[in-house]
Amino acid sequence: MSAPLHLRKAVEIAAEVREGKLLARDVAEHFLDRLRRYNPQIFAFVEIHESDLRAQADAVDAARRAGATLGRLAGVPVGVKDVLCVRGMETTCGSKILRGYRPPYDATAVERLRAAGALLVPRANMDEFAMGSSTEHSSFGPTRNPWDTARVPGGSSGGSAAAVAARLTPVSLGTDTGGSIRQPAALCGITGLKPTYGRVSRYGLIAFASSLDQIGPFATCLEDAATVTEVIAGNDPRDGTTVAAAAPNLTDALRQGVKGLRIGVPREWTDDPSEWYLTTYPKELQRIYQLVRSPGYLQRQPSRLERLQIEDQIRQANGGEIIDGIPNEIYASMRTQTLDVAIEQARSQGRFFMDVDTRDAITEALAQLEKLGAELVSIDLPNAPLAIPTYYLVATAEASSNLARFDGVRFGFRAEGRNLEEMYGRTRDQGFGEEVKRRILLGTFVLSAGYSDAYYKKALQVRTLLKQDFERAFEKCDVIAGPASPFPAFEIGSKMDDPLAMYLCDLFTAAINLVGLPGISIPCGFAQGPKGPLPLGLQLVAPALREDSIFAAAGAFERATQWHQQVPKAFAS
Amino acid sequence: MEFRPTIGLETHVQLATATKLFCGCANRFGDAPNTLVCPVCTGQPGVLPVLNRQALELGIRAALALDAELAPFTKFDRKHYFYPDLPKGFQISQFDLPFAHGGGIRLDDGTFVRLRRIHLEEDAGKGIHDRGDSTLVDLNRAGVPLLEIVTEPDVHSSEQAYDYLTKLKERLRFAGISECDMEKGSLRCDVNVSIHPVGQDGFGTRCEIKNLNSFAMVRRALEYEIARQTQLLESGGRVVQETRTWRDAEGRTETMRSKEEAQDYRYFPEPDLPPLTIDAQLIAAIRTQLPESADTRRARYQAMGLNSEELQTLTLDRASGDWFESLAKACGEAKAAAVWTCGEVNRLRNERNCSFSDLPITPAQVASVIALAKSGRASVSAARQVFNALVASPSKTADSLLNELGLEQVSDTGAIEAAVAEVLAANEKAVAEYRAGKEKAAGSLMGQVMKKMGGRANPAIVQEALKRLLAGG
Ligand SMILES: [Zn+2]
Repeated sequence: MSAPLHLRKAVEIAAEVREGKLLARDVAEHFLDRLRRYNPQIFAFVEIHESDLRAQADAVDAARRAGATLGRLAGVPVGVKDVLCVRGMETTCGSKILRGYRPPYDATAVERLRAAGALLVPRANMDEFAMGSSTEHSSFGPTRNPWDTARVPGGSSGGSAAAVAARLTPVSLGTDTGGSIRQPAALCGITGLKPTYGRVSRYGLIAFASSLDQIGPFATCLEDAATVTEVIAGNDPRDGTTVAAAAPNLTDALRQGVKGLRIGVPREWTDDPSEWYLTTYPKELQRIYQLVRSPGYLQRQPSRLERLQIEDQIRQANGGEIIDGIPNEIYASMRTQTLDVAIEQARSQGRFFMDVDTRDAITEALAQLEKLGAELVSIDLPNAPLAIPTYYLVATAEASSNLARFDGVRFGFRAEGRNLEEMYGRTRDQGFGEEVKRRILLGTFVLSAGYSDAYYKKALQVRTLLKQDFERAFEKCDVIAGPASPFPAFEIGSKMDDPLAMYLCDLFTAAINLVGLPGISIPCGFAQGPKGPLPLGLQLVAPALREDSIFAAAGAFERATQWHQQVPKAFAS
Repeated sequence: MEFRPTIGLETHVQLATATKLFCGCANRFGDAPNTLVCPVCTGQPGVLPVLNRQALELGIRAALALDAELAPFTKFDRKHYFYPDLPKGFQISQFDLPFAHGGGIRLDDGTFVRLRRIHLEEDAGKGIHDRGDSTLVDLNRAGVPLLEIVTEPDVHSSEQAYDYLTKLKERLRFAGISECDMEKGSLRCDVNVSIHPVGQDGFGTRCEIKNLNSFAMVRRALEYEIARQTQLLESGGRVVQETRTWRDAEGRTETMRSKEEAQDYRYFPEPDLPPLTIDAQLIAAIRTQLPESADTRRARYQAMGLNSEELQTLTLDRASGDWFESLAKACGEAKAAAVWTCGEVNRLRNERNCSFSDLPITPAQVASVIALAKSGRASVSAARQVFNALVASPSKTADSLLNELGLEQVSDTGAIEAAVAEVLAANEKAVAEYRAGKEKAAGSLMGQVMKKMGGRANPAIVQEALKRLLAGG
């Protein structure tokens, strides 16, 4: 007798549905049963459309009976993050401001899943507008980690990750702007891939930061992740930023093995705690938040008069000096601080750059890869420590622009006002959550006349430096390895009062988005939490369009380990 | 003190593309509100813009028609402001790297107005404010491709501004870039004006004037604004930098917003559209397809011997000249083709209120009518009648209609001489008068011959016969 459906690979389920050994309807009922039973415990999905799922399954079965050749994901339920448009289904990005919005079209990735016979399961919970690393910033309430329901699943694709970890759907789609697939994959003990920027069409992905966003799969094994990626990837005439290259063959790459592959280990990711993450940068950001908290920033662009007032405030706060750009200042401080001092300062504050269990698990995983035939090489990414501040400048700038369309005029939530200006202000004030407003404020400031040179333009320069770092690194290696998250799942509520501590979740992932490379997180061990094991993730990064290298290395690792087969006890049966 | 005005013009022109700039919706004027829309141009969450190649190519053509230089590398930027007719909260425009710059237009008085930049951007929707308390928004226009053409401050009078706009419109229409119809909003214009004392360096403080709906309005608004600023300075006042709106009914400008209220558009590169490299090959290809300009055409027609009235009619737009040239080619005679195009054909066009390209008669048909006249088979007036008959029954030929109408001209010399002889015999008095030197008498004789022959005699032959017989006695 074979294992229950939720413990089997998606590709196996699809094969049996294609062959008629299994009805898509039976698959749907099995997972609907699990969704009913377990979703209330973790809140991976904010709503479940039972009859729609059954109708999709019946359509697949009918197609098979009619003699149609079914697709690669025939009958496989796929969780869909609330950020991807599904025609006619409410899609809200976890936000009140999009309440009631039903897109008139399917996202390209969704369309391709449908064509492959997948059963769409909208809509997985997420941090509002994908802004966050814990899925606590959802207007529907937080998602819980199946490994310890007092803890977060990571974010922003926490719903999609928790759903797969708890085996509520065999696979799911998430989006990754600064780590939003890889970090929750790590925290939930599953596989999560962020493909190369441009690999998967963003058409129908409600944009957070257009130059960073990318759609990717969550799965319990690499083969499923490879299949979903192959289905959704490829050029799309509706997205001018998609690459012309054909979808990659990752299923084959999986079997290549790791022998002779050079794996680069960045010193900056393993050794260097840096004081300025914890002090200089947060102070700088906090000061900006305070200064731009004028109501005008939320509802419209600040007038010249408002800007003059803000400039004055900044002058006073800085003793007569206009502050220099964040990256510049941090860059300077990074160069002057010695690492020893920085480590000591961080420790004395009781905050560690990387958690010890994570560090040990990564070290062991690297040793394992070496044993399997990979060659480990030490590499430098000198500008990697600038990734977080740079990321928060670029991402917030683009977000402030992308979120301008949520104005209460054409769709979603609208608060009434006595005039247009008041309607805008109230709609956006009441419709957006705190974290989203915080980022719109920062982004608006970053793009303001007089500041965009110091902040936005400088961030773009650092982005170029980072690109050069990675180019140089990839002359010495084929894949870069490191942690996907600095620490395992943390307790719900523990970082909500400290947005900047939350931003550090992206420490090892944000740089990859800034340079547009593919990155994966695969299970590589456990930390011992108070209520049981907490999963840890190994991140593998490759040059653009070389997802195959990632899958070659990851495939060898997966075959040699059992981490990916672990299921949280409470959700196993 | 004498002041000299300095004027800069910013013109927005809708490109005559089939579809909008970033989506597949039709680019058309006059449809029912919100029927030419899709998820992209209504700014639905999750959609992405895709550049319309035709818009880019028309833009390049416009740049070439204005002798501007094309940037090898160009990109789009987002310009942010909140307004209900702007679906995304930003307009996709071009900021620091417009696709073309330079070039310009020579005015009648010899002044060369240089162009600072030409860029592509999308149009916003249209607010409808006349429905009681609420404002409605029509997004049919949202996303229509616009060309923004900005001059250097080379214009120094309202007349020059008027002349510039007239010539700009002619160039763009001739190149097939835009209808440039201000009534339909396919051409819009804002002006900047400042004045400063003659003989002094620098510029005065400038005001921008908006809400100008015709070239005549531009001229009136500039005249008013120059007078207003002059009066201000002469009375010891100061011009404040601001945006003003033109109230045409009252014939004055008034403050719309001050410099302090000026918006911060927070431009940044549009991340959804990859930057563009405009390669020389594309430019060369577009250049070879560039239609002849009105100026070149005028010079060519002048060399063909057309008069100034004909020149004007035939360079009003490209279609009129094209029609004339087809006709000239078909009938083999430029002058006759010009006379007919500017005469009967143009009269018909006015009657039908259509463009030359929509006429119910072809150049080939008109050529066949001209051929009847040229061969002497039809008189000028008969040819006109055949022309009208042909318009009414386009499936028939000019030849058959000539017969049907019984208009064929008699050129049989024997028959004509017989008729002349008869008339002379019956009008001895007139003949005597003519012979006595009263040449006028020939006119009435001629009339009688024509009458006798039912008006169908070839007048040239009649005249000749008359002359010969009168002389010969
Ligand atoms: Zn459209």
